[in-house]
Amino acid sequence: MEALLEPVSQFFGPAWPAVWTLAKIVAIIAPLMIGVAYLTLAERKVIGYMQVRIGPNRVGPKGLLQPIADGMKLLFKEIIVPSGASKGLFILGPILAIAPSLAAWSVVPFDDGLVLANVNAGLLLLLAITSMEVYGVIIAGWASNSKYPFLGSMRAAAQMVSYEVAMGFALICVLLISSSLNLSDIVHSQGQGRFHEMGLSFLSWNWLPLLPMFIVFLISGIAETNRAPFDVVEGESEVVAGHMVEYSGMAFALFFLAEYANMFLVSVMTAVLFMGGWLSPIGAIPDGFHWLALKTAFFLFVFLWVRATFPRFRYDHIMRLGWKVFIPITLVWVIVVAVWMMSPLSIWK
Amino acid sequence: MDFKTLVFYILSAIMVFAALRVITSRNPVHAALFLVLSFVTAGGIWLLLAAEFLAIVLVMVYVGAVMVLFLFVVMMLDINLDRLREGFWSYLPVGALIGILLVVEMALVLGGRYFGLEAMPEPPAAQAGYSNTRELGRLLYTDYVYPFELASLLLLVAMVVAVSLTLRKRKGLRQVNPSDQVTVKRGDRVELVSMPAEKE
Repeated sequence: MEALLEPVSQFFGPAWPAVWTLAKIVAIIAPLMIGVAYLTLAERKVIGYMQVRIGPNRVGPKGLLQPIADGMKLLFKEIIVPSGASKGLFILGPILAIAPSLAAWSVVPFDDGLVLANVNAGLLLLLAITSMEVYGVIIAGWASNSKYPFLGSMRAAAQMVSYEVAMGFALICVLLISSSLNLSDIVHSQGQGRFHEMGLSFLSWNWLPLLPMFIVFLISGIAETNRAPFDVVEGESEVVAGHMVEYSGMAFALFFLAEYANMFLVSVMTAVLFMGGWLSPIGAIPDGFHWLALKTAFFLFVFLWVRATFPRFRYDHIMRLGWKVFIPITLVWVIVVAVWMMSPLSIWK
Repeated sequence: MDFKTLVFYILSAIMVFAALRVITSRNPVHAALFLVLSFVTAGGIWLLLAAEFLAIVLVMVYVGAVMVLFLFVVMMLDINLDRLREGFWSYLPVGALIGILLVVEMALVLGGRYFGLEAMPEPPAAQAGYSNTRELGRLLYTDYVYPFELASLLLLVAMVVAVSLTLRKRKGLRQVNPSDQVTVKRGDRVELVSMPAEKE
């Protein structure tokens, strides 16, 4: 590999690090975008089968070309900017919606050492980037200068800020027991302990000692991405489509891509933080990227499963769950974990 | 000029421009968004100083939480700009005085003899494996634990006060309690009555 890259790096000279990083970014984003496209198809198929329908099956063999057809349709549509809109911000909204959900992938470790930016404060950086996701929705809602988008963006702001707190506390537990903010180190710290030595690695992952946090994180993740049953931001029945009402064509598609990219991100984060990332569940089987892919796919399926199963929450129920249920639970569990770590019963020595 | 200096000047230019636009833009929402931009660029400048924890926390707390709520309020207010600008000339002398005072104070601090490059030499470059977060955490919970606890207590008091100021129970208001609603059991609502069939 090194010998192969040598002439190329000489060709670019001092610009080589930038070019090489750009190539890595493309290598992450391109599969992600294809994944996002096919997640929309998977969603329609899975929900279709859960509701005893077939789902899309006309475009291409078994409907496999459906996402491409959808993408083409949206690409060729006109982007209409309403005359009363704040034009600059109207364009900026979808960009700010998708940018953080792609930028966050820079710190995701795919395999041992296979990560774009192996930063020390990876977990914090991830939290900071995901906390900026709400701006796309808020700006879009305000810049549209219309009632429903505005209501949608108000809901988004309140909901995302509330669930971020619970999510942050859940992450504090994770970084307490792995004593590192580096995501690769967090994965490594899950591959040790008594169960790991017995060959049952999947019992040594964080989900077992942090079971309440794992559940809180997963549910907060669903709320954070504004997916059903927390999708009051789009709430078709009451605010039509929330912040996306005035958008058409590719600008509308960007919001969709951002939502699905966020689903990918939350799934991969749950896999990395609680399910041992690329580690294999049984000691005898080698680790590898395919394990991370498998775990991510499972959590993505959970997202779709939940959407097909639960009716939409009422808004005050969402706020109650965030503030009165999750935050007290996480607050107590942070203390429990801290005391547990300091006690002689600690399993994280 | 090396690459780091170039990045510093670019970030500083953006930050100064954003800060200026915060006070000059006519629309309060635009002003708030420019404030967000200046926070993000300030985070970038702190990253250049290898203070990654502070930089990320700045973005997380101010951009991710404080400014979202700020925007939330600003967007809902119906601000009449003409009314706001009415007293501009009468407030100008006071504002100018405070501004000049601030500039003088900053000049005294920055130009003083305790602040030059001679007084504060550049810190040695961090060695590999140095974690800004770990260092900061160690200092906060050992050397500065009392000031830290005091500050957190102060914030807690402020939070309790803010809640108690806005918390009021209005009488005669019909509203549902979600906690009661989700704990409702079937037996509370449905009663199965066994009764004999009526004969004509």
